[in-house]
Amino acid sequence: MTVKVLVLSGYGINSETESKYVFDLLGAKAEIVHINDLISGEKKLNDYRIIFFPGGFAYGDDLGSGLAYANKIKNNLWNEVKEFVEKDNLVIAVCNGFQIMANLGLVPAFDSDYGKVNVALQHNETARYIDRWVDIKANKKNKSIWLKDIDELSMPVSHGEGKFYAEPEILDKLEEKGLIAFNYVKGNICNYQNLKANPNGSLKDIAGITDESGRILGMMPHPERGFQFTNRPDWPLLKEKLKRNGKKLPEFNDSMKIFENAVNYFK
Amino acid sequence: MAHRIEVKYKVFDTREKVKEKELKNSGFLIETVELTDCFTLDFNLSEKELQKIAEMISNPVLQEFKINAQLAGKEFDYAIEIGFLPGVTDNLGNTAKEAVQDLLKKKFEEGVYSSQIYFIKGINSKNDAEKIADSLFNPLIQSAKIKSKKEFETGNEMNLIIPKVELKANPETSEVNLNLSEKELIKLGKEGIMDEDESRRGPLALNLTYLNSIKDYFKKEKRNPTDIELESLAQTWSEHCKHTIFRDPIEKVKDGLFKTFIRGATEKIRKEKGSKDFCVSVFSDNSGGIIFDENYLVTDKAETHNSPSALDPFGGAITGIVGVNRDTIGFGIGAKPIINKYGFCFADPKDSTPIYKGENFSQKMLSPKRILEGVISGVKVGGNCSGIPCPQGFMLFDERYKGKPLVFVGTIGLIPRKINGKLSHEKKAMPGDLIVMLGGRVGQDGIHGATFSSEVMDSKSPMAAVQIGDPITQKKFSDAIIKEARDLGLYNSITDNGAGGLSCSVSEMAKESGGCLVQLEKVPLKYPNLEPWKIWISESQERMTLSIPEKNWIKFKKIMDKRGVEATVIGKFTNSGKCIVEFNGEKIMELEMDFLHEGLPKIPLKTKYDKPKNEEPEFKEPELNEALIEMLSRNNIAGNEFISMQFDHEVLAGSVIKPLQGKGRINGDATVTKPLLNSKKAVILTQALNPTYSDIDTYHMSASSIDSAVRNAIASGADLNHLALLDNFCWCSSNEMQRLGELKSAVKACYDYAIIYGTPYISGKDSMFNDFKGFNEKGNPIKISVPPTLLISAIGVINDAEKSISIDAKIAGDLIYVLGKTFNELGASEYYAMIGEKHGKKFIGNNVPKVNAEKNKKMYLSFMKANEKELISSAISVHRGGLLVALSKTAMSGMLGMEVSLEKLKTETKRNDFTLFSESQGRILLTVNPEKQKEFEELMKGNEFSLIGKIREDEKFIVKGINGKEIINSDVNKMLEAYKKTFKEY
Repeated sequence: MTVKVLVLSGYGINSETESKYVFDLLGAKAEIVHINDLISGEKKLNDYRIIFFPGGFAYGDDLGSGLAYANKIKNNLWNEVKEFVEKDNLVIAVCNGFQIMANLGLVPAFDSDYGKVNVALQHNETARYIDRWVDIKANKKNKSIWLKDIDELSMPVSHGEGKFYAEPEILDKLEEKGLIAFNYVKGNICNYQNLKANPNGSLKDIAGITDESGRILGMMPHPERGFQFTNRPDWPLLKEKLKRNGKKLPEFNDSMKIFENAVNYFK
Repeated sequence: MAHRIEVKYKVFDTREKVKEKELKNSGFLIETVELTDCFTLDFNLSEKELQKIAEMISNPVLQEFKINAQLAGKEFDYAIEIGFLPGVTDNLGNTAKEAVQDLLKKKFEEGVYSSQIYFIKGINSKNDAEKIADSLFNPLIQSAKIKSKKEFETGNEMNLIIPKVELKANPETSEVNLNLSEKELIKLGKEGIMDEDESRRGPLALNLTYLNSIKDYFKKEKRNPTDIELESLAQTWSEHCKHTIFRDPIEKVKDGLFKTFIRGATEKIRKEKGSKDFCVSVFSDNSGGIIFDENYLVTDKAETHNSPSALDPFGGAITGIVGVNRDTIGFGIGAKPIINKYGFCFADPKDSTPIYKGENFSQKMLSPKRILEGVISGVKVGGNCSGIPCPQGFMLFDERYKGKPLVFVGTIGLIPRKINGKLSHEKKAMPGDLIVMLGGRVGQDGIHGATFSSEVMDSKSPMAAVQIGDPITQKKFSDAIIKEARDLGLYNSITDNGAGGLSCSVSEMAKESGGCLVQLEKVPLKYPNLEPWKIWISESQERMTLSIPEKNWIKFKKIMDKRGVEATVIGKFTNSGKCIVEFNGEKIMELEMDFLHEGLPKIPLKTKYDKPKNEEPEFKEPELNEALIEMLSRNNIAGNEFISMQFDHEVLAGSVIKPLQGKGRINGDATVTKPLLNSKKAVILTQALNPTYSDIDTYHMSASSIDSAVRNAIASGADLNHLALLDNFCWCSSNEMQRLGELKSAVKACYDYAIIYGTPYISGKDSMFNDFKGFNEKGNPIKISVPPTLLISAIGVINDAEKSISIDAKIAGDLIYVLGKTFNELGASEYYAMIGEKHGKKFIGNNVPKVNAEKNKKMYLSFMKANEKELISSAISVHRGGLLVALSKTAMSGMLGMEVSLEKLKTETKRNDFTLFSESQGRILLTVNPEKQKEFEELMKGNEFSLIGKIREDEKFIVKGINGKEIINSDVNKMLEAYKKTFKEY
């Protein structure tokens, strides 16, 4: 059966097109749905198995990233969202989506207490927006379905408020329970471009976390934006090397793996 | 009663540290900075409601809040609160209000206003506090309150800033008497209509000839014009809207410069291309449109927003970028904005000598550094928040951009060629259609923008011209139009509200139907009692005007309601031949459409062009290792990755060649983007300008800008057969014959070179008065005029993104070639400027680079063939800074050394420094796999090219001179450090 994916949009969300595209490419059926159509009841969360909270600038991030959009969900859709995540469904939230989800308390949601806000994404340590590529390493301790068979991936980040923050005891608990999904590391791209691993000053180099069920993933880097081979900053060099070795260019970047895991989960 | 909620970080707030560092770097001897965000809610709320709101607008992990109480800094000497002036767009306040309404499920009439308090420790006196406040706010848009700790703790007046706009009730329309003396008429044109209190409303920018035509028209009508009629004519006839200098006859060029040379070139090229013509909609719409593939068009438009950016850099720039996005949404029946680009011409940010707009050291202008920072921030917020990638751009510095910076912003759009079976680029408002205004509301921000920018900036330039964009309001309607309403075929025509506001958008669309009838009282306002003439010409942002058949209105309105977008019927399109405006049932404007649009008389222009004879610089060849390092760190050569890394260039997932290339992260000249995720086709974008060459000859300035743009594109993999150009002229003092002579010559070159390359112009814009009249640091009058500047942008379509070429050297042993020939062409070069500065002089010279387009074209076509076979590993266009800069960028981006010898270079130069720094056009530097040498050279036969060396395995950068002796022995790491240090702290 083809799995149905709801890609949320509206009020400044801006990555819905590529977010839908990657799922469709893998055989899922993704649909972009404006939040107001969920609120009005025209569309129902129950009709889908995966929700994608894409990146963007919901409400211009005016009140702090993701806050106003999270409030809109809390004020109007909270019961439906809670019901959705308590079932055997998947949620991925990227960048602004992750900020929204942190404000909603969907991750880490210790002891399945969905709604309790425990972590935050604050201004980058430079207090400046940053757009660059990063390398992230999956936490072996985290058994989330989203991370299956993933070791290290490269993809872009693009945010002004991406510094992962939580109180020390929360950080300890995240580690203890294995809820950290990805850490920034100095991998292929950082070595290629001579960039430091952590782009924003995130505590413990945290790039993404999951809830305890592992079905909900929130992350700052954008797997959907870097999914093609020619999105990689190093593709021209890789191309030259591959060509001289008589090899073909791959079509996709490694970040596609995240979405493959989700689609395979429902196969 | 008004309430106030204050929010402050309880954990480390990065913004505080950064502000602290900024202030310290600016020389203030402060210790610490703390920040509190304040929200003033100007309506009644219960305690319970306030608690709920405060919890909602703060983050429990990071922040704490207080309600109707102060949340002061822990340690401070002074508190400085910055809020907005009445009527200035307050995005934070507006979002807070929307969130509060959603939370409480209530509607409020009054507003929510945001402000920020800086608590600063280490300030000793009120005087110092005032100086610091000066650097924190812009008095044109904000207000500041300063209090010592003691004052703060005892008084509570700081607690409320309520910048509400209150206007006189019952606004009226007045008559304007044109039976004035010539002197008075001139004054009316220059300073505007006089109000009862004898103050003037601001420039109409109508000259005597125009005013006399208007006078004649109303004599026939047997009445005086109303204020709104005169204001409306002033907008429509402004240089900004009608481009009269490009339109009017100019000596033997009877049809004017635009028709003859720009459109003339395009028409000729299209004819010659015949069935291969890729132009679809040129010069007739908000953007130009060309074929992308069999199903899609791409559109392009570049704008400037110079005058507003001089006064409020952030507001000016954000309004610019968000405004040019609307030129995309307003193309045909609505294209989707997919790529932004920018270009900034500034004065040296290190220049801290003040200049003033007013006498006696009044109206101090912002420093070049603040302008730079504000403009970059404005484009960043506007572009990033709109979800449009901005990979492409440049910065260029010259002291003559100190009075007015040039802020270029552009947007590429994508639209299906056919929508509902109809050609998407065609649109027509029909008689009977409703006139619908969509998006933001109207206020008195942006009055006289169009006429203001058609004048020299001086002490009388209006403050009301300043606006701040709101990208999210625009994003909402952009999505609602492009992703929903458009494809349902609900409207017949659409256009953007830009310069001149409704007065221009409605009357432009009324040309399609043949007239209009507007009920101005229906226009939704930001606050009550706005005078009718202001409603009509206000340039309040984020608005579109649409023409909607009555039967579709309810369906359209429903979609907009669902998406939180305000849409209002403000009248009807007619075929009455008249533009009629009513206000509360009273007719306040009735102009013949013909007169409104075609009534402005043509004024024949006269020119002269006395070409300057510059002194030929004489100096000895310097030590070249040093010259190399110095050149790489010059403002005009150095890297600006701080911009590239804060402008989102990855959103929409189409990036192929990014703003920073290779291991070394070097700014390239062109970027490549895939608009469609399921197609390999891509667009190549680049921009080029050589304003210093205008100091020698504007014809060659223009020619080299065109060649540079074409060459940048070719070097990145473009197809010359599918490459279009845009022209943006930013001139100065265009009422002087000499300046017009320079202009004519430059435009003539536009024709000559585009014809040879077969690259049509598809859109363009001009800004003719980039002059500043004011006073210098000694209080003496000065005029600063920008150098005559022509920005040429190129947009090309390629079939396979994987065949685009990056600039970085890739593999050791690769051969280094230079295509084209080097001449002794250092006139107005970056090198002469650099040496001149050492001598405390301005070195210009006379040997301006000249373009041999026929020869270049042949070479570019050969290059394309070589690239089709994927023989080229890296390529870079040689321009500002010459061959040595191009070699350096190739090496630094690849983080690989090289060894080259000028002995084998095809050159006419006799000195090593001239050879390395000449800016001769038509040259491309590239690297080739040695195994492909034969094949490559075979393909390049018949062109001038030189094999000058090869890529090394290590990071040594070695250059041998024309006599074979080593002249440079450097290291890529050291070069990279020089290249990056200039803007490192930005």
